[in-house]
Amino acid sequence: MAGAAGPGTGPGAAGGDGDDSLYPIAVLIDELRNEDVQLRLNSIKKLSTIALALGVERTRTELLPFLTDTIYDEDEVLLALAEQLGNFTGLVGGPDFAHCLLPPLESLATVEETVVRDKAVESLRQISQEHTPVALEAHFVPLVKRLASGDWFTSRTSACGLFSVCYPRASNAVKAEIRQHFRSLCSDDTPMVRRAAASKLGEFAKVLELDSVKSEIVPLFTNLASDEQDSVRLLAVEACVSIAQLLSQDDLEVLVMPTLRQAAEDKSWRVRYMVADKFSELQKAVGPKITLNDLIPAFQNLLKDCEAEVRAAAAHKVKELCENLPIEGRETIIMNQVLPYIKELVSDTNQHVKSALASVIMGLSTILGKENTIEHLLPLFLAQLKDECPEVRLNIISNLDCVNEVIGIRQLSQSLLPAIVELAEDAKWRVRLAIIEYMPLLAGQLGVEFFDEKLNSLCMAWLVDHVYAIREAATNNLMKLVQKFGTEWAQNTIVPKVLVMADDPNYLHRMTTLFCINALSEACGQEITTKQMLPIVLKMAGDQVANVRFNVAKSLQKIGPILDNDALQVEVKPVLQKLGQDQDMDVKYFAQEAISAVAQRLRKLDFPVKGSEEPSAPGADKNHFLRPRGPGEDTGKGPAHQLHVNTRDTLAQLGTAELVHFSRSRD
Amino acid sequence: MATLKSDIISTVEFNHSGELLATGDKGGRVVIFQQEQENKIQSHSRGEYNVYSTFQSHEPEFDYLKSLEIEEKINKIRWLPQKNAAQFLLSTNDKTIKLWKISERDKRPEGYNLKEEDGRYRDPTTVTTLRVPVFRPMDLMVEASPRRIFANAHTYHINSISINSDYETYLSADDLRINLWHLEITDRSFNIVDIKPANMEELTEVITAAEFHPNSCNTFVYSSSKGTIRLCDMRASALCDRHSKLFEEPEDPSNRSFFSEIISSISDVKFSHSGRYMMTRDYLSVKIWDLNMENRPVETYQVHEYLRSKLCSLYENDCIFDKFECCWNGSDSVVMTGSYNNFFRMFDRNTKRDITLEASRENNKPRTVLKPRKVCASGKRKKDEISVDSLDFNKKILHTAWHPKENIIAVATTNNLYIFQDKVN
Repeated sequence: MAGAAGPGTGPGAAGGDGDDSLYPIAVLIDELRNEDVQLRLNSIKKLSTIALALGVERTRTELLPFLTDTIYDEDEVLLALAEQLGNFTGLVGGPDFAHCLLPPLESLATVEETVVRDKAVESLRQISQEHTPVALEAHFVPLVKRLASGDWFTSRTSACGLFSVCYPRASNAVKAEIRQHFRSLCSDDTPMVRRAAASKLGEFAKVLELDSVKSEIVPLFTNLASDEQDSVRLLAVEACVSIAQLLSQDDLEVLVMPTLRQAAEDKSWRVRYMVADKFSELQKAVGPKITLNDLIPAFQNLLKDCEAEVRAAAAHKVKELCENLPIEGRETIIMNQVLPYIKELVSDTNQHVKSALASVIMGLSTILGKENTIEHLLPLFLAQLKDECPEVRLNIISNLDCVNEVIGIRQLSQSLLPAIVELAEDAKWRVRLAIIEYMPLLAGQLGVEFFDEKLNSLCMAWLVDHVYAIREAATNNLMKLVQKFGTEWAQNTIVPKVLVMADDPNYLHRMTTLFCINALSEACGQEITTKQMLPIVLKMAGDQVANVRFNVAKSLQKIGPILDNDALQVEVKPVLQKLGQDQDMDVKYFAQEAISAVAQRLRKLDFPVKGSEEPSAPGADKNHFLRPRGPGEDTGKGPAHQLHVNTRDTLAQLGTAELVHFSRSRD
Repeated sequence: MATLKSDIISTVEFNHSGELLATGDKGGRVVIFQQEQENKIQSHSRGEYNVYSTFQSHEPEFDYLKSLEIEEKINKIRWLPQKNAAQFLLSTNDKTIKLWKISERDKRPEGYNLKEEDGRYRDPTTVTTLRVPVFRPMDLMVEASPRRIFANAHTYHINSISINSDYETYLSADDLRINLWHLEITDRSFNIVDIKPANMEELTEVITAAEFHPNSCNTFVYSSSKGTIRLCDMRASALCDRHSKLFEEPEDPSNRSFFSEIISSISDVKFSHSGRYMMTRDYLSVKIWDLNMENRPVETYQVHEYLRSKLCSLYENDCIFDKFECCWNGSDSVVMTGSYNNFFRMFDRNTKRDITLEASRENNKPRTVLKPRKVCASGKRKKDEISVDSLDFNKKILHTAWHPKENIIAVATTNNLYIFQDKVN
């Protein structure tokens, strides 16, 4: 394949002697127009190799004209092309010839697909830096003007992103022209272009002289902020952040604040949403004084907005807003001007609002300190822990660490427990899954005693959940708990309960024992594994269900590295050999896999020096072809079995395993 | 003449310049016609429309979860405002909306290194220099390629799609819900109207059509089977279940009958180009509403009042459920809609004159002037008049379209498309 050969042979520039190095390049060039998109894409991604082989002259005169006309191609090819061309200056002869790259990028900047256009603009911005000032005015600026006055709005939207890169390096006369073009795009007929201009307004303002910002950008900003389309107005909010950073406090008050106040009260909820969403940025940009006078009242209004989307966006910003207030007087402001509104939101009618608040409200406790937290925030936390919507409760529980630092978790634990239990038994398995994932965190905060007393039984109950994803998560959870509480705790509390399940009448539960052993053995260490777990695993090798038996083989392979040599040799090996003779193909396959892994370890133990030299030793899976073959095994079928078994595993992961009766399981 | 069911035209739509005309049919095909460039020498013969591109937009599908067949019939076509040299349109069947790109190609690359243009391979050892392909002109080729597929958002049948004047979103409406999409995002849409009652037995009305305002990007209307039109403002709230205006005409008690509700169901709603008015079509009439007046229409035109006495038989042959569309001319001064017997009607809003014309192959040869038709309701039939009883209800004109700038109209009669234009000179 050309793809493999290309980089390996290291094509020299303009190798025109008909030698071998030409062939892979010839293939690459031919595949630029292959019918298979993937091959075209490969070729485009190796465009630099092609250009290198052609040399700078032919790249400019032949390759680039060809690429300029390639705009009919699929989006992914065009996207790759636009990206490649951004780094092409060296391949066309350096900065003096950078302008040769403009025609293909110009045509890419007019395609309908936004991602391609944006990439072309990005590459153009990159290349603009490589132009000399003279070349910039001779080639780049005319291109920007062409795009800005193009017939179709795609080209005009692309132009919006190019003004700010050529402006700083242009002469004064050209600067005036550039500003003029930007102005006219801000009042373009199509909302697409006005949106593009609005989104680049802040960036353009940054490269303009301060006078021009005041005299030209501010009026444009004001116009866009009162555009008839709310999709344009909301983008002006973003520009507001950049413009505010450039102006003095006095100018800000006169030039920007009226517009911002208007935006915060806009008739369209999408604009108000944008103000809420950008609140922290706005707060930083306008400074503390205006924040206190204007933004806090605006924020209060957003928190009680009639549209839930706006309230939710504002609720998300509560913590950041409070954090960013000046330390001096912060507590008073929060207590008097923010907290009353937050209290209202705790009983909001919309669950998204409540859950947005729940995701940040705990963070306030560090800002307000112990006493305020206990007196004012705690009742809110407790109310949210009893909320009807599980997401709200989950969000509170997931942020417990913030509160723990300030007041200790004991304050909450009485309310916490019922909330956790309820979530643990929620009818939706995704909710159960979410609370399981917080268990290690909770255990760490609540301590081992509380955990044993109240939560341990929950963790064990999840092991026999009827959804596979929950059983799997419960298994991982046990492992993390053992890491936290230590092996002794594991030996006394967890392991016995897990091992009892090995005798469960339901084969799925018996398998859970094996999965738990897989997860726990490492954390528990050699002694527990050898003395308590191994006998159970070995006993299960005689299970009547094939699925259990091949999982025994998998488990033995998994815990093999933890066991000592004796146990492997005396206990594991005979059992695996027996499983290797099993009548079920899958059991046989996994037993063979395990045997080869175990054998390898035994060999390594016998000849430690030689074993370390063996390059192909590590990892049983890589060793697929080296494994010893049992008598009568059909060598050709190995991979097929594997596929088959994988399907089984996938089914199990989907959580539907208990609904599916495996045709080949024999219980 | 036998008519193939799949050939029946199900929608007709001019693009924004009027240069292209798209039709969709029951077989899931989209046919695009292009107006010939004006001939400088024969300035009196304005461009005719010729087939420009034909492609299969939708295929029949089967919903395995619900055991439902999904027809390939194209319910609606909407053109996007032109964004570059290519043209884009949305087409929809009952469930799936697709964005198509129609583009021209007049160049193709030539020159391989390792093979001849006809595909024969060269001996690699003879390759001594690299060759870069070169684009050469070729015969014009029109390609239609699917760019986006917006699927799995509608439980019921999609009856309308409408592109927003912000150029980036569009709505799709089915019997009970309206969804808002971004034209570039296919994996998510927002439900903005949902009239499904908690208990389906309480269902009393369905959404029959929906359209965005032509220049106010936050306003859209939807019509219902009860004859009402609701106008919603997307600025007020993310969910538009509550309307901001309700247009409804009080029922005339003297006309009350068993069929009142059925014939008051609105089959189409269209904003005027100016955005000041909207037009609705119910079974017997066309009404024009001023957006500023909700309690009654400003104009009402009877399309085929003579059918009022025939409602019983029209109910029996299901014709009463036909969904007639309606359209405005470019300057909003004339409206047009279809009727039976291959008749279509035009109403001049200024002079209040109306006319009935017939689209049929037997009666008009190309380039002849259409003769006005008259239906006589009862009593003695004058010369040239047609009796109500002799109307053919199988020949119906449901879909019509008016060129956005010129007086050119497209009229679909089952499987034929007629294009008429103003008398020249």
